Amino acid sequence: MWIEALIAVTLASAAAVFLAPNKVAGKLAFALSLLPLVGSLWMYSTYEASGNALLAGSELAFETNFDWVVAGPYSLSWHVGLDGISMPLIALTTVLTSLALLASWTPIDERQSQFYGLMLFLEASLLGVFSALDFFLWFVFWEMVLVPMYVLIGVWGGPRRKYAAIKMFVYTNIASLVMFIGFIALVFGLGDSVTSLDMPAIAQALRAGELGSLGPVGAGTLKVAAFVAMFAGFAVKVPVVPFHTWLPDAHVEAPTPVSIMLAGVLLKMGTYALLRFNFTMLPEVAQNNAPIIALFAVVSVIYGAMLALAQSDLKRIVAYSSVSSMGYVILGLVAYTLYGMGGATFQMVAHGLISGLMFMSVGVIYNTTHTRMVSDMSGLASKMPITVAVFVAGAFGYMGLPLMAGFAAELFIFLGSFGAFAGSVWFTAAAMFGIVVVAGYLLFAMQRTLFGDFEVETDYEVGPAAFHDVAPLVVLILLVILLGVDPSIFYDMIQNAVDPLVPATGGGV
Amino acid sequence: MAFQLPTWMALGPTLVLGLTALLLLVFDSIEPDTTNRGLLAGTAALGSLAAVGLSAWYLVAGTGEEPISLYQNTVVVDTMTLFFGLVFASVTALVVVASYDYMRDHSYQAEYYALVMLAATGMTLMAAANSLAVVFVSLELSSLPSFALVAILKKNRGSVEAGLKYFLIGALSSAIFVYGVSLVYGVTGSLLLPEVASGVADTNLTGVLGIGVMMILGGFAYKTASVPFHFWAPEAYEGAPAPVAAFLSSASKAAGFAVAFRVLTVAFPVEELVTGAAGSVDWVLAAQILAVVTMTLGNFAAATQDEVKRMLAYSSIGHAGYVLIALASLSGGSDQFVLAGGMAHLLVYGFMNTGAFLFIALAEYWSVGRTFEDYNGLATKAPFASVAMTVFLFSLAGLPPFGGFMSKYFLFAGAVRAGFWWLAAIGAINSALSLYYYSRVVKAIWIEDPSGDFDIESKPVGLYTAIVAAAVVTVLLLPGFGSVWQFATDAAAALVA
Repeated sequence: MWIEALIAVTLASAAAVFLAPNKVAGKLAFALSLLPLVGSLWMYSTYEASGNALLAGSELAFETNFDWVVAGPYSLSWHVGLDGISMPLIALTTVLTSLALLASWTPIDERQSQFYGLMLFLEASLLGVFSALDFFLWFVFWEMVLVPMYVLIGVWGGPRRKYAAIKMFVYTNIASLVMFIGFIALVFGLGDSVTSLDMPAIAQALRAGELGSLGPVGAGTLKVAAFVAMFAGFAVKVPVVPFHTWLPDAHVEAPTPVSIMLAGVLLKMGTYALLRFNFTMLPEVAQNNAPIIALFAVVSVIYGAMLALAQSDLKRIVAYSSVSSMGYVILGLVAYTLYGMGGATFQMVAHGLISGLMFMSVGVIYNTTHTRMVSDMSGLASKMPITVAVFVAGAFGYMGLPLMAGFAAELFIFLGSFGAFAGSVWFTAAAMFGIVVVAGYLLFAMQRTLFGDFEVETDYEVGPAAFHDVAPLVVLILLVILLGVDPSIFYDMIQNAVDPLVPATGGGV
Repeated sequence: MAFQLPTWMALGPTLVLGLTALLLLVFDSIEPDTTNRGLLAGTAALGSLAAVGLSAWYLVAGTGEEPISLYQNTVVVDTMTLFFGLVFASVTALVVVASYDYMRDHSYQAEYYALVMLAATGMTLMAAANSLAVVFVSLELSSLPSFALVAILKKNRGSVEAGLKYFLIGALSSAIFVYGVSLVYGVTGSLLLPEVASGVADTNLTGVLGIGVMMILGGFAYKTASVPFHFWAPEAYEGAPAPVAAFLSSASKAAGFAVAFRVLTVAFPVEELVTGAAGSVDWVLAAQILAVVTMTLGNFAAATQDEVKRMLAYSSIGHAGYVLIALASLSGGSDQFVLAGGMAHLLVYGFMNTGAFLFIALAEYWSVGRTFEDYNGLATKAPFASVAMTVFLFSLAGLPPFGGFMSKYFLFAGAVRAGFWWLAAIGAINSALSLYYYSRVVKAIWIEDPSGDFDIESKPVGLYTAIVAAAVVTVLLLPGFGSVWQFATDAAAALVA
């Protein structure tokens, strides 16, 4: 019952904060967010599970499963549980939420109780997404994420917030619909062999080749069509080029804490779902079309990085670099090797922390300077030494400096994808080139904004940031280094959960 | 069983509602000019809550699993009667509690509540009617008070005009309906639904019968605000006091469907008239056409509105279209599933739609304007009610975190299962479109900056109670959908095997 307790406590906290007066909402929300944080850390420390949640022979942690609605072939159940893929993401969600709440104290200065209530509601939905194992339940949480996100961007965002919010809402909603249709078509195609929407049951039936034809559509075509529909649906969330155009708008307009959640956790929903659905349930389709999928991945890596290079807004730079980093995840997943899949999952966590860190430091700089334009500022290092130090360290994490979390993740991905399938050598090489571009734009941007003579184009007093702004930055950079020094904190359980997915004859290094 | 209630007690919910109406009239004759709003509203609320409790108790206790026939079999109490009784009584309770504040300056307090209770009595009777005569009488019993309720704001031109329109169309469709009944009686020689069924099985007057059935279908279309008798709905809902609009669009619509479900499936069985050897009166085809036209028209019209209340009125037409899918998917081999889907949707709809209209009532109470722009920034002044409204709207749109998603999902899944995947597809497209206009309200409330100054001096207790109760139920119906589905399946089992 621990997952239920975690979600229930978070929801109750959201309600409590929503009703609290504006003045205390921020502090109350942060204090209450420590409950799920401690809970998830406790779950991590007592975590005992093996295998992949969707495949036979797995042992899940904190699993509960009971009937919810029984209605013939469409019966639904409350089925939650954690395996090595979801446990790190649960921990990531609770950690980032608490830190993001702390980072909200400075920038959020109106309608605080509503803001913090929605943030906690968002957290509860995210915990549900990463723990649900019944498709219907999972879909409920998946869509539940959208509602607070829409309002958070639309109310507390920048000047073009309404446009950005509605764009995000429409893009992801249409994507959900496409994905929903694709998945339900698969369930109908399975016919009587599956009597519920239980994800493990469906995954095992699909892998056992029980898919029949649906009307005039044969099993082979149905598989490919469903794969495409689900891939397109999740690709919007990840986002994969060319489905990425909502992301920069949403990021630029969103307030800092919302950006942190968006880049740190929400994007991971997309790759997590890709792993759970496309790559677990229809592995042969993914493997047969690996070069095409890898092409999407590499285009995201290179194109995202190129776009970042062309930006003059610090936040846009970080936003586009997220597109680039998520491309690595796809490349690692499609490799179907031990290191590839493990590294991709690890990258979800690593990128969650690093991108959260980057958005947070950009936010702290903006709080003080009230500008994000690279050309408007220089020499900030002399005024805000700690913030700038963390920013530089985070940027090096982004570039994959050894002993940082990003290094471990990307190394595993490249090791795994190199030689995994026909042409993968070239794809891997091209993706590696992406790192060079990342290093290029980050170093260039830092050199112009952080170093040199101090100068800011606004009239605001620039000084060191407040303690509650800097503290989460320091915590995050420490976590990034911790995971870089000892990836096994999460990597062991991740490896254990992705192992069953890797075919015995997998290639790669 | 140690103690057995007398069988007439099975009509308990109906009797309680009717007695409450009479009691209110007694109060009124003792003290016509009473200003004691609390007594009147309280009596009405207690009466409707008692009806809710009785229906729920009977449902849980299993009353009606063996249908109880009363009064020469003209009235039958089965699981469906009780299921819908629960819906009507719940909506009535919400509306009455909300009216306490909304009707505060009104001079016909007792009459208002008595009319609401009388209409509710008629609705519960509709769900129990087992004879075409009782169907007609109960239909009128719920319609006549409704006309008066719509026009109860005597000095308000919109209200009076709406009442007149509603009455004229109501009178017309009643005439059509009763003429259809007479034709069916002429063909089959009986008004009792089961006997009508055996009558239609061996008749060769299919032409006359067909016209009769279509006319009866027209009567139901009026009551459920479906095409082709839908055009009274936007006018009536807009002109009527908002709680009355809530009552009509939720309870009255559900009553229309309750009686339509029973009459069509019991008296004109699909296997005789549609798929049977003499299959000649294909009312399922008619229902399919009506379903497609109704939901498409409702949704497209709703998308073009400028006023929130009118948008909700058209959206309620759209929802009638969704429920019509339940009738349109009969004969597909999973009749019980699709009917249960329709009934479950009506129950969920009863709460979310009532709640949405009651939020309008709250806005009218505060003299906020009627258009989307007038709602701009309401959340800054009334965040709590705004959360509730957001729940209602997203639930109406069928977004997953709320009850509306479940019932729509099962309704469409039932249609797919019955082989009418195209109906489900049209429904799903319409449902996706509906998100556009529902989210316009959400956007106005939460995201837009306030355009004018709201004069929100008070937070009316009654309206808030009703809105919060409806919101809580709408949310709880998601985890609790299992038992709703169980009751809906039992209710559908009373009609079709």
